[in-house]
Formats: sequence, structure tokens, C-alpha cells
Amino acid sequence: MRYIDNLNLAFNAIGAHHVRTLLILIGISIGVSSVILLTALGDSARRYVISEFAALGTNLIVILPGRSETTGGPPPLMGETPRDLTVDDAMSLLRSYNISRVAPITVGSTPVNYQGRERVVDVIGTTADMKEIRHLEMAQGDFLPRTDPREASPVCVVGEKIRKELFGPEKSLGEWLRTGNRRCRVIGIIKSTGVSIGVDLDDIVIIPVASAQILFDSPGLFRVLVEAKRSSLIGAASEDARQIIKDRHEGEDDITIITQDSIIATFDKILSTLTYGLAGIGTISLAVAGILIMNVMLVSVAQRRNEIGLLKAIGAPKHEILKLFISEALLFSVSGALLGLLLGLGATEIIKRLYPTFPVAVPAWGIIAACGIAIITGVLFGVLPAKRAAELDPILALEKH
Amino acid sequence: MILLNGISRDFLLGDTTVHALSDINLEIGQGDYLSIMGPSGSGKSTLLNIIALLDRPSKGSYLLNQKNVIGLHDEELAKIRRENIGFVFQFFHLIHRLTAAENVGIPLILSGMPPQERRERVEAVMESFGLAERTHHKPDQLSGGERQRVAICRAMIMHPTVILADEPTGNLDQVTGRQVIDLLEDLNKEGVTLIVVTHDVDIGKRARRRLRLVDGRIVEDIRN
Repeated sequence: MRYIDNLNLAFNAIGAHHVRTLLILIGISIGVSSVILLTALGDSARRYVISEFAALGTNLIVILPGRSETTGGPPPLMGETPRDLTVDDAMSLLRSYNISRVAPITVGSTPVNYQGRERVVDVIGTTADMKEIRHLEMAQGDFLPRTDPREASPVCVVGEKIRKELFGPEKSLGEWLRTGNRRCRVIGIIKSTGVSIGVDLDDIVIIPVASAQILFDSPGLFRVLVEAKRSSLIGAASEDARQIIKDRHEGEDDITIITQDSIIATFDKILSTLTYGLAGIGTISLAVAGILIMNVMLVSVAQRRNEIGLLKAIGAPKHEILKLFISEALLFSVSGALLGLLLGLGATEIIKRLYPTFPVAVPAWGIIAACGIAIITGVLFGVLPAKRAAELDPILALEKH
Repeated sequence: MILLNGISRDFLLGDTTVHALSDINLEIGQGDYLSIMGPSGSGKSTLLNIIALLDRPSKGSYLLNQKNVIGLHDEELAKIRRENIGFVFQFFHLIHRLTAAENVGIPLILSGMPPQERRERVEAVMESFGLAERTHHKPDQLSGGERQRVAICRAMIMHPTVILADEPTGNLDQVTGRQVIDLLEDLNKEGVTLIVVTHDVDIGKRARRRLRLVDGRIVEDIRN
């Protein structure tokens, strides 16, 4: 038999039962579209999180005070308190050739007051390099001036939301705010970028690190942001940082270093796994669709005993019958896969319209996996009914009408 | 052309063996017109199925056109059926979702003939059987006689050497049945071997050679 004739006959056979064919197609297409949709969501979440972390800065290294590691053995006899990280520790890091910028960071919250309007906000104490390291952009004015980090100058930079709430339509640059018990002059407004990894840059006040230390009465830093000169130097820069702090802390290795790379790699791994998991869940519905195909094909074989018997009697060998029924299963699964592809892409398009900030896109592997699995399950589940048809005894099949 | 020698066919029904055919010796020449009659359960259908290569005898040898066909593979048997044997059934066995012309063309499709050649051949055959107007009708739009004529077209499309008709008039009224038999006899006059299994004595009598089967044995073999 020619392939085209085989296909024609198969097409003819599944076209004869509209409702049944439609139900199968719906079953398969739901499976395919759910695989596509779930991989799209998972993969988009992965890309979203990675882009968020990438937006934190480039070649970023974060240094935290205290050593966080899990070691075996008994607890130390003497209590071990990590040494504070100080501004001097932070600035000494600039001695390394591999490090281009350093921003010490202190955080806390305090009430901020302007002409009787008051609210509690998160305050970050840092230095001028913070702007470059975190890629901050200014809506108005300037960032913190490049001065000695130990100098507590009475200036501040505020987020867009704070500006709106405290000043409204009035002029804000050059006005004096009261932060806690200190006064500072507004010298810049940060351009609104929305939430970035838990920190709403619109809702903060940034002051010089020395001012913050006085304000919160603590010499220790929350952490130090370090920028390596090049991405290839991140490893070297981390080592330098560890060595420099160790030297300054009398040989005590009491800091934790996190590189942006490792965070991104970790999230990439976690979210990729999650996406594969989601794809796997979607695949279950494809397996269900495959069983649906098998069921319908078995019914079809039972109903078409006469036809199969006739074909065998007038000279169709077993393998032609097998081919014919597998073609039918294949037609179901291919057209179901195409329909599901359209549905899945349509649904992602709708999500894209509804949530424009979330970058939904279907990964190519998701499409290939969904359609491929649909077609393979269709054929696999079509084999059993097709075999049953091929093995049918023509004498018995032609006996009764 | 058909040479059966010592053919037996046993079926196992529960614990007992049923001898559907016992020691059948039969020679049928090219162009013969043979009717097989006998009561129900006499083995005439089993004999027809064995001649048609749909069933395998338990014992004996079968030469079809000097070729031993016992023990051939499914694929080879299918090819022999396709190219040498035309089937006419009591219940026509047309595929309902296909048109008359498509039904007639199925053996050609199975043989892998290109569509254009197929169409010409189907049209020619259907025209010669007076079905030119019916090519695009579905079986349920045709009368019983027309359906059987479509089935005969399908049986003839491969130019077989033998036609096996199993109760070809069993589902038709007398007049139409007669027409169908006339048609089959015309084919026989052109040289096709015709084997008709029937209950109908009138139709059976028309054959030049008449077999009677009882309990799986040939009890009568009349030629005139």
C-alpha cells in the first residue's frame, strides 16, 4: 500500500466519528498545552529570577560578617562571636588589584519626618560606589558625594515613593528631612525601578555610612558589596577579600563570601529542576490522553471487525493492517499535538498580555518535548489495538454481519 | 488449477475434536463452474475457506496453480489471495464510509497501484457492470443488487483466476439474485473459474459440476 493511500484510509476512518475524534483531540491538546504552559511558566520564572539577580550588579561579591558553615564535631569550648565588619575593613579591600569598587552597607529603620509628615522607613547607609555597583539611576539630583567614608555628612538620597509621600507635588531637592535624631538634606531622588529582590528601592532613604552608624549606634556593617574588575576575576577577588579581612582580623577567617555567580547558578539549578518537574506533571496528562487513544482504538477495532476481516481476506497482509491502525493513532496524536500547540501558545500570549512585567515565553525544548511525547504516546498506545486488529482471524471477523 | 489431496480439517470444541472435513480429494480445472451444496455444518464453508487460503487444513496437500500453498507465510498467502482470488460474500462486506468506487479500488490500493491508473481501471470495471452512475454513492445509498454488483466489481478488479462466492444471493430477492448469478456466469464464460457455495438448489443446479457435502465428506460429484 502507498503511504498516501494508507493516510487517506486512516483519515477517512477517524473522520467517520466526529464526536469521538473531537474528544480525543481535546484530550491530547489539553495534555500538550499544559506541558507547554507549565514549561513556559517554569522557565519564565527561572529567567525572571536570574535577570533580577543579574540586575543587582555585575561581577558582584557580597561579604557578610560571621562564618556560616556547617561543621561536624563538638561545639567550641569558648564562645565564638564573629568580629564586626567595619568601614575600615571594607575600604581596605580596595587594596586588591582584582577589586574595582566597594560599598559598605548598614541598614536599619527609623522614623523620617518632613514638616510634620512622618513615617518609618528602611534606611541604608553606604558610600558613593553603591550607585555604580547596584546600577542605580537618578531621577533628580545626585547620589551620595565621593567623600571620606568616615565622614558623616548630613545628606540623603530618597526613593520615589518616599518623595511622593513626604513632599507630594512640592519641591524636594535641597529640603531638610529629619531621620531619627539627625537632620539631612535631600540631594537626590532614585529613579523608580520597582522591587528588586525584596528591597523596594522606591521606599528607602540612603545616607552616608558614617551617618547611619551614628544613627543606629553600631560600628558593625550589615554587609559589604564588592565589585570585581572582570567576571573572570570574581574568584580571585573573593580570595583577596578573604585574605585581606583575615589579616585584619588577626588571622581569623570570620566572614562569609557569596558571589553573584553562585547565587545565579543555584537559582538556575533549582528553577530548572522545578520546570522539569512541572513538565513531568504535564506529561501525566499526556499519558492519560494516550490511554484515551488506546481505548478509542480498541473500540474502533471491535466495531470494524468486518472491515478488517474483509481487508485481510482480499489480500491485506498483517503488517498493512498494523500500519493502517497505527496511522490512525498517529493522526490523532499529531493533530492533537498541533491543536495543543496552538492552545498552549495562545494561553501564554494571554498571560503575557495580563502580566506584561513577567516575561512569559515558551522554551523551544518545551514545545519539542510536548509534541514529541504526545506523538510517541499516541503511537505506543496505538500499537496494542493495531496488533489486535492485525491478528484478527478473517473467518471469524466475516462470520457475522 | 486447484488440487486438494487428502484434506482434513479438525476443530477442537472443548474436549471433543470435530471433523469439519475428512479426506477431501478434489480437482478443479481452469474455467470450471462448480457449486458446493450441503446442509448446515456439512463443512462447505470450511472447504471454501481452505480453498480461499483463509484457513489451513489439519492434514493434506493443496496445490494452487501447481504451487504448494500449505505452510506459506501470511504475507505470501495475502499476495496470492489478492492476485488470484476474487471474493463475493453473502453480506457484501462493503466499507460503509467509502464510496462505491473506493470500495472497488481497495484491492488496487493494497497492491500499491498509482492513483491515476487505479481510477481508470475502477471506472472501466464499474461501467462494464452497469454501475457508471453509482461510482460516488455510498453503499447505503445503493440497492441490494447494486451492492452485490459493487462487491463483484471489487472481486474482479484484480482479474483473478477464480471467484469464490459464499451464498452470493442469500441476502437478495429472487429476481436480483438471478441477475447476480447471471453476472457471475458471464464471468465464468470469459474463463474465470467460479465456485459457488449455496443452500439454494435452483442456483446450485445451474453449475456444470455440483458437489454435495455431508458431515465433511463429498457424497456427490455430478458433472454434466
